[in-house]
Amino acid sequence: MSTRLDVKKTYKLYIGGAFPRSESGRSYVVNDAKGKFLANASQASRKDARDAVKAARSAFGGWSARTAYNRGQVVYRIAEVLEGRRDQFEAELRSSEGVTAARARTYVDAAVDRLVWYAGWADKIAQVTGSANAVAGPYFNHSAPEPTGVVAIVAPAGPLLGLVSVVAPVITTGNTCVVIASEPHPLTAITLGEVMATSDLPGGVVNMLTGSVAEIAPWLASHMDVNGLDLTGVTDPDLARTLEEAAADNLKRVRRAGAEDLLAVPGLDRMTTFLETKTVWHPMGI
Amino acid sequence: MTTLKATAPSPGSTTFTQETSSDAALRRFLHGLPGVDQVGAEQRAASLGTRSIKTDSKRRAIDLAIRMVDLTTLEGMDTPGKVRALAAKAMRPDPADPTCPATAAVCVYPDMVAVAKETLGSSGVHVASVATAFPSGRAALDIKLADVRDAVEAGADEIDMVIDRGAFLAGHYLEVFEEIVAVREACARPDGSAAHLKVIFETGELQTYDNVRRVSWLAMMAGAHFIKTSTGKVQPAATLPVTLVMLEAVRDFLETTGQQVGVKPAGGIRSSKDAIKYLVMVNEVAGPGWLDPDWFRFGASTLLNDLLMQRTKMTTGRYSGPDYFTLD
Amino acid sequence: MASSDSAFEFEYSPAPEARSVVDIKPSYGLFVNGEFVDGHGHSFKTISPSTEEVLAEIAEADDADVDAAVKAARRAYTRVWSKMSGAERGKYLFRIARILQERAREFAVLESIDNGKPIRESRDVDVPLAAAHFFYYAGWADKLQYAGLGSDPQPLGVAGQVIPWNFPLLMLAWKIAPALACGNTVVLKPAETTPLTALLFAEVCQQADLPPGVVNILTGAGETGRALVSHPDVDKVAFTGSTDVGRAIAKSVAGSHKKVTLELGGKAANIVFDDAPVDQAVEGIVNGIFFNQGHVCCAGSRLLVQESVAEDVLDRLKRRMSTLRMGDPLDKNTDIGAINSGEQLKRIRELSEVGDAEGAERWEVACDLPTKGYWFPPTIFTGVTQAHRIAREEIFGPVLSVITFRTPKEAVEKANNTPYGLSAGIWSDKGSRILWMASQLRAGVVWSNTFNRFDPASPFGGYKESGYGREGGRHGLEGYLKVSGL
Repeated sequence: MSTRLDVKKTYKLYIGGAFPRSESGRSYVVNDAKGKFLANASQASRKDARDAVKAARSAFGGWSARTAYNRGQVVYRIAEVLEGRRDQFEAELRSSEGVTAARARTYVDAAVDRLVWYAGWADKIAQVTGSANAVAGPYFNHSAPEPTGVVAIVAPAGPLLGLVSVVAPVITTGNTCVVIASEPHPLTAITLGEVMATSDLPGGVVNMLTGSVAEIAPWLASHMDVNGLDLTGVTDPDLARTLEEAAADNLKRVRRAGAEDLLAVPGLDRMTTFLETKTVWHPMGI
Repeated sequence: MTTLKATAPSPGSTTFTQETSSDAALRRFLHGLPGVDQVGAEQRAASLGTRSIKTDSKRRAIDLAIRMVDLTTLEGMDTPGKVRALAAKAMRPDPADPTCPATAAVCVYPDMVAVAKETLGSSGVHVASVATAFPSGRAALDIKLADVRDAVEAGADEIDMVIDRGAFLAGHYLEVFEEIVAVREACARPDGSAAHLKVIFETGELQTYDNVRRVSWLAMMAGAHFIKTSTGKVQPAATLPVTLVMLEAVRDFLETTGQQVGVKPAGGIRSSKDAIKYLVMVNEVAGPGWLDPDWFRFGASTLLNDLLMQRTKMTTGRYSGPDYFTLD
Repeated sequence: MASSDSAFEFEYSPAPEARSVVDIKPSYGLFVNGEFVDGHGHSFKTISPSTEEVLAEIAEADDADVDAAVKAARRAYTRVWSKMSGAERGKYLFRIARILQERAREFAVLESIDNGKPIRESRDVDVPLAAAHFFYYAGWADKLQYAGLGSDPQPLGVAGQVIPWNFPLLMLAWKIAPALACGNTVVLKPAETTPLTALLFAEVCQQADLPPGVVNILTGAGETGRALVSHPDVDKVAFTGSTDVGRAIAKSVAGSHKKVTLELGGKAANIVFDDAPVDQAVEGIVNGIFFNQGHVCCAGSRLLVQESVAEDVLDRLKRRMSTLRMGDPLDKNTDIGAINSGEQLKRIRELSEVGDAEGAERWEVACDLPTKGYWFPPTIFTGVTQAHRIAREEIFGPVLSVITFRTPKEAVEKANNTPYGLSAGIWSDKGSRILWMASQLRAGVVWSNTFNRFDPASPFGGYKESGYGREGGRHGLEGYLKVSGL
């Protein structure tokens, strides 16, 4: 009697709601925690990054125009679908990072709960960061947050919780993003892309690139149609500085890398860094 | 031959001499009309779209919708063969069911009018012709008027003109008004009759509902028999809220002047469900007086097959398929 | 009016929503500590107000039942709910929201049958908003430190909540969602004429695996309500209903530790200026008073129309009212449903007769009233002044009183000249006037160029005798948290 052969998954990129290969045709080897071959991950090129930015820009108008309630529901749905596929993610975490089953469970729990936390912010962030302003004159004056646009994100090494922690705050407020996934552990990002693709998330709101951070990040950091840059996953301080310098050309809003405990409940800054505040005046008179 | 009512306003109607005495006067009048709240108008249109039309009322609505279709082909690649096929379909939309009513008209380019006329004979289906440098309207006035006269001479029963949107958006209201009046005059035939005039606004380019209300009044004051949303060449074409605003305008115009003007949404109406939503809106906004091909038309091409499929389903109880209806 | 030779009469055939989607049991008990138990009061019937058919027998909770429910709520609070993290509480509320969405059709049909409101409203407004309310407050449960109410605000404990019959499921959501999000447990009494969706909601709590005792549903009438709000172990009282009962409750909690919020009656002014977008204003007037048969505390029951355009607006209004369809609530084409009860119908008729007697001119839509059920045609009274009773007293039915004004200041004076202060509407094309009017109106909710719009993110509540406290939004949390040293 012969054993059954697995049909192994091909890992591609996630751009514009679809799963294309890199236009460069390149891939790189991903081994599991024991050094054994896991898969060939797609190695994104600068052209893939360029296409991803186009997709993100294209999706921004529609996504930011949706009601906050709707965005909250979609982010909650991502949590639902992730929870439903938790076994797959736990298995991927165990094999790629070599963590224990208990640890993997903790990470998946935290990732789902993180999504739920951010889903609940969609229709409340304006109430907490916005205001009615008592100006000295017969004017109705009101400040409200608006999403900044397309955000480029270098995701941290932790392939699931880290990824969710940088993506959810950006999209729940209406931004769209291009993410460079964890370089050593890229596969989970694509599986998460599959979850997103089946969660009513419009194509292009989240785009996942796998590959070399050092190669791709500078193209995103210097891209003039990217409005924000999250350097969380950049561990090399020189690279981080270079990227921040490149970002300055069109005054991107930059979130610098820093030590943080991903398991702790986040604050608001991952949302507010990529929000603009619009203040409107209007006279009051008969 | 034409059965269209003769209650439409005469050119340069005397009730509006003062308002149309100058550009400034016309602007004051048009800008003095009540504004339209976009959110409220769209909500009302959406709410009317929730009416559930079933069984017998649905059957009758479908037949009425078929009778209101201006079956349209306006392509650069139109040939006499294409127009003949279209006209044949207009006369007998459902080859398998002779009880199916004919459409109101076919709508073609001026140089295809003669072919359509020949095919349609005395069937009662009208020939509507676009004119005035359709769809853009960007040509000298004398060329646009010649376009109209050609179509009328070739035998068109109805003329669908486009307004000069550039002039409208630049605020040259009187110019737009006078052009419509001139086209109306060019619709006259030697025997004293005249082709009926539909005025196309291209609402997708005018964008605001306030503009749609203003241009509706402007066109009616200038003598339009019908006001029409779109050429079908620009998105968005007809929408329920735009048509709502136009229906309110014709309702108010009738009350003010005693003259009835028709409404034609065109472009983007593809399903029977859509068509029925429009009929509900006509019924509840303008009133049953407009529920007649003389006062309401659909500018459409693919809509007809969907109406036929729905009609067949109501008769046979089964969902139908495109193989059972003609493509032309 | 022009007509054609073969006039097409567009009769809308009946389009009934299937009743088979709901399963109404012959009788219901009380929902206490996660299960249905018998009540010990005198059971009563709930009927369908459109047909007068008996729907089910409902238990009445007597004092002992109330005590048991409060005890269950207290136990659940102490042992389970107050110990649970906000994130976990929130997830229960998200589950409830999702189940309401899943069972939306069932809830909508049941609401229309029990309450009399058109299926289109329960389907498109009541049920979606109820689910949205749970969804919204679910997200606050673990974010209370951001609500501007302190760095670690604490719940109050057990909330006793009494809701009215006009939006049964939605009022339940408005009460339960914020209470639970803030960490309280609840005992809720639905109105005696509309208990069924609350009882079905109990099933949703079970499906969501909500810990027993966190939500308790007690059916009954005035006595049950009184027992609940005066129970010594209730920390918070929330009431939506008439100003008279609200006053009584405020008196009864005086001197106690109980926190109370009240959402009471109204006599809102819907103000139409000469530059209003007139067709949308007419829609707003219609929506303001005829939506939900006028059984709305924030209904625009006084039309304040600028005198210069009054005739035109009234002509358009009457024409628009003539297209309103009154009939079977389960027919998808019905705009106006049944009056909720014989008692309410009597009150509407009485006050309308007062209107006639006081010299106002009555105009109503011509329609055939069914022989069974409680029906009142959409009605307007013109020639009304502030001195008329129908301009001052809440009718709570599809009756509009029309008053004219000349200037913005006069509109403000007349609008504010009432002990109520729940809502107001402003119709104008001029932004500065809208904002100025809004700043002058003594009303908790001001709608401009719209009316009767609700959203869980938008705080709702009244000034003056329309009550105090706000429901909805960040502000809706305050009523369910300890925010002072008391």
